[in-house]
Amino acid sequence: MAPPRSFLWTRRIVLTLLTGFVLLPVYVMVSSSLKPLEDVSGKFEWIPSGVTLRPYADIWETVPLADYFVNSIVVSGAATVLSVAVAVLAAYAVSRHTFRGKRVFTVTVLSTQMFPGILFLLPLFLIYVNLGNATGIALFGSREGLVLTYLTFSLPFSIWMLTGYFDSIPRELDEAAKVDGCGPIRALFRVIVPAARPGIVAVAVYAFMTAWGEVLFASVMTNDTTRTLAVGLQGYATQNDVYWNQVMAASLVVSVPVVAGFLLLQRYLVAGLTAGAVK
Amino acid sequence: MTQTAVTPAREPAVRKATPGGARTARRSGRRRLALPYLLLLPALVLELLVHLVPMLMGLAMSFKELTQFYIRDWAAAPWSGLDNFSVALDFDAAVGQSLLRSFLTTCQFTLLSVGLCWLLGTAAAVLLQENFRGRGVLRTLFLVPYALPVYAAVITWAFMFQRDNGLINHVLHDQLGIGDSPAFWLIGDNSFWALLAVSVWKGWPFAFLTVMAGLQNIPRDMYEAAALDGAGVWKQIRHITLPSLRPVNQVLVLVLFLWTFNDFNTPFVLFGKAAPEAADLISLHIYQSSFQTWNFGTGSAMSALLLLFLLLVTGVYLLLTTRGRKTSDV
Repeated sequence: MAPPRSFLWTRRIVLTLLTGFVLLPVYVMVSSSLKPLEDVSGKFEWIPSGVTLRPYADIWETVPLADYFVNSIVVSGAATVLSVAVAVLAAYAVSRHTFRGKRVFTVTVLSTQMFPGILFLLPLFLIYVNLGNATGIALFGSREGLVLTYLTFSLPFSIWMLTGYFDSIPRELDEAAKVDGCGPIRALFRVIVPAARPGIVAVAVYAFMTAWGEVLFASVMTNDTTRTLAVGLQGYATQNDVYWNQVMAASLVVSVPVVAGFLLLQRYLVAGLTAGAVK
Repeated sequence: MTQTAVTPAREPAVRKATPGGARTARRSGRRRLALPYLLLLPALVLELLVHLVPMLMGLAMSFKELTQFYIRDWAAAPWSGLDNFSVALDFDAAVGQSLLRSFLTTCQFTLLSVGLCWLLGTAAAVLLQENFRGRGVLRTLFLVPYALPVYAAVITWAFMFQRDNGLINHVLHDQLGIGDSPAFWLIGDNSFWALLAVSVWKGWPFAFLTVMAGLQNIPRDMYEAAALDGAGVWKQIRHITLPSLRPVNQVLVLVLFLWTFNDFNTPFVLFGKAAPEAADLISLHIYQSSFQTWNFGTGSAMSALLLLFLLLVTGVYLLLTTRGRKTSDV
């Protein structure tokens, strides 16, 4: 049965408006990144009058963007790998084992999601400073400290989502692995992990995006050498001038890797959400 | 969502009755008992270190007179009882007054933002449920705001809201002729709406993604049966799609609420360290008032009050939503 015209028109109108809403900043970002500084400092122009690639060359000079890039990649990458590994182990325990304190564990972990970051920013800062003084491991201002912080940010959601995902994998697979002589750990890596690959990819994407986009802790817990893109991008605003064309070019450059990765892997995210979190 | 996993009955620890078998059985039984805890250990240690211990410290700090003199050795700061709380809650004095104002602004802002995000996300997901030309492209496109790093996206919005060289005023004032002079968006009363626009733009794709995932769990034959009964698209949406989404929506609204209420990044990148009064969301407000006055005791008390409020709301919300579900599930 063909949908009625009222539905088709609603669909057309709503989807067109949403497309415009979504694309507006993207258009501004792209078009302004191609304008000379005089043009972005004057009235906004829908169509750039003089197109130039200069901002893309200048962004690397105005601020040490390449260094920030490396910091962001190292921090987000390490946080993602570690967070996924920790979440897989925990989710396996929650999904496949009964143990005392299971509910307490899941509720506690999930409720850390609701803590406002501001509540533990200062205490965490003090812990890192004290731990650093006591052990000599520099946690404050270092990449390691940021990795440690970020990997816990995605952890609750990852554990939750993977538990749901693991639950949807038939237990017969575990049993079969057991019959073949696999212990629980081997069964996890031989059977569950491969079967849950979409869920694991989804969680990894989420963890990477969480770390790549974090601002608050990045601005308090980094120094000149460990600064990430989240903080570094503020460097294009000087006291006298904001290099808007460079800000837009740099924003685009730092967005491309995550957006491309996300869009390539988004079907896994939907699959992971469907099997895991949304039930 | 937080369904307790259906766990199989523990395997009976009966092993072959060979000599020494009982001992190995007992040992492996103990190992099996320890295994889940070992698997959880990394997650537990990390959560303790980064979330729970700092949170407890934060609560302890809220009872201390923690000024910059004691910041290096916070444990040595003198106890001050409930002083910090009475400062935060004294609505006649400046600190309490601005906290209350910021809290009310945040409530208003969160309600509007969550409502709009939910509405747009659900509309888009439902309208994209059936296949048509361009569906795949739109599905991907709508996720772009979710994928963009917050700071890159919000900086772009900040540029769009510039008074003299931004797109918003160019369209509203120059092209549509609204207002006598270009409006300010990042200071003054308009900043509330500017922040709301950014927040909705950033947040609705998550609702879209979640609802889209939820839609995949609705069995096709429900629609087919309804169609046979003569129900059109609108009726199907009203009587099948929306009711089936209820459990998904309950989680979604809670998550959106917590994220929006705690959001620090969006106002911080849009306005810088101090937001204008009309858009002074509570996270940034607490950050700003702690770091400006270096009075971390009061800041911690404000955070503790915020946490208390969030716990209360979440608790009541879960109570209300799960009670309904249990009766309908059985």
